[in-house]
Amino acid sequence: MSLKAKVDEFLALPNDSIKKTVGVALALCLVCAVAVSTAAVALKPVQDANKALDRKKNIMEIGKLAPVGTPIEQAFQNVEAKVVDLQTGEYVDNIDPEKFDARAAAVDPKQNVVLTREQDIASIKRRAKYATVYLVKENNQLKKIILPVSGYGLWSTLYGFLALDADANTVVGLGFYEHAETPGLGGEVDNPEWKAKWTGKTLFDEQGKLAIQVTKMVAPANDPRSKHQVDALSGATLTSNGVNNLLHFWLGKDGFGSYLAKMRKGGGA
Amino acid sequence: MSASMSMGFNPEVRKVLVDPLINTNPITFQILGICSALAVTNSLKSALLMAFGLTAVTAFSSASISVVRNHIPNSIRIIVQMTIIASLVIVVDQLMKAYAFSTAKQLSVFVGLIITNCIVMGRAEAYAMQNPPGMSFLDGIGQGAGYSLILVTIATFREFFGAGSLLGFQILDFAKNGGWYIPNSLLLLPPSAFFLIGLLIWAIRTKYPDQQEKADFYIHDKETLGNR
Repeated sequence: MSLKAKVDEFLALPNDSIKKTVGVALALCLVCAVAVSTAAVALKPVQDANKALDRKKNIMEIGKLAPVGTPIEQAFQNVEAKVVDLQTGEYVDNIDPEKFDARAAAVDPKQNVVLTREQDIASIKRRAKYATVYLVKENNQLKKIILPVSGYGLWSTLYGFLALDADANTVVGLGFYEHAETPGLGGEVDNPEWKAKWTGKTLFDEQGKLAIQVTKMVAPANDPRSKHQVDALSGATLTSNGVNNLLHFWLGKDGFGSYLAKMRKGGGA
Repeated sequence: MSASMSMGFNPEVRKVLVDPLINTNPITFQILGICSALAVTNSLKSALLMAFGLTAVTAFSSASISVVRNHIPNSIRIIVQMTIIASLVIVVDQLMKAYAFSTAKQLSVFVGLIITNCIVMGRAEAYAMQNPPGMSFLDGIGQGAGYSLILVTIATFREFFGAGSLLGFQILDFAKNGGWYIPNSLLLLPPSAFFLIGLLIWAIRTKYPDQQEKADFYIHDKETLGNR
């Protein structure tokens, strides 16, 4: 019996017979599985390219690498990605920064560190052992350091980048590329005016103590404290606290503390 | 089959394509798909992408279900429909992630939730199970267009008055940036879409009184009942 005859015979079965029900279910699953997996596999390269491009675009904007509108690849010519071991602050050379995914690593028990309650001021519960930092160089001279940061605000985890000057102390920019805070309130972390307030602030005071602070009461401009202080967002106390906490976590000893200490001594680059 | 497959602009085709725009609009008349309409209409761009996604899924799922409609065992009917719909949604989601990445990111979970959108399932049950593939496809396009019309209307209003922009281009200058416009931030929050859709339904049903539903209950006049 030919295949066509068999198919015809199957289709002629009463719809509610067990044989046809099982047959239709199996055939349907097969067809749908092929369609879904074809789409997923065929589009994966484009999606990955998009993700990488999106990341670079965020880094470019937050780190002020080039004027808005510059082609991303061109802006990235002077950028070097490096993987840092957060505990020691040393570069890790055997991990490809292009392939390393800190968010996937943070939930992988082999690659993460579970934080204790005292350590976890940013409420992220666990972090990857390593992190990718971006070094911006001009004529082999280190110009900027861009660090990934994340932490919990009011509704969501905020993911962003903190761009620092070569002194590892002066802020070039802070921005978040992913969050789900309330639009108009906590969502104002995306407000260009608020982001502009970060530029030029310094993270550490003269004694080398972490002093950067998001506060409702900014000291007047002639007060030495004011260069570490950024005005909190009105109506978004918890998001502002979240930003403050995540900076304190990532700049502290459980984050990039040891790496930054090395950079400040001038040993890193 | 031949008459409907020829796709002439006959009254039946006209009916499935034009009626859902106002007369049987999925959102304002059938009151379906409200959840996504609240969530994705804070910017025109995300509303357009969502409208495209839902229209594509409704059209192709109706057509596919219609192709196999005579062979779907009744006992697993809903599962078969859901499987087809879910597969198409995943394909659409993958396509969006590949070709409209940044907007797709804003839509986040709502693309996946097209699976549970009552419009898609409703059309599969109400139309595709009884009609040939060509007509079912057009029916999906028509219902999608009705949904899109409302989404785009609401999103235009919300983005223009809430963010002073359209499709991301700033049109109104904010007072805080030296312009004159003080944005209404409520419009960027989901409840505002609730109010707007409500007002829209009111307006449409006032213009077309046929759409008004009969009340399920009447409040009796106490006097005629003798104040019992």
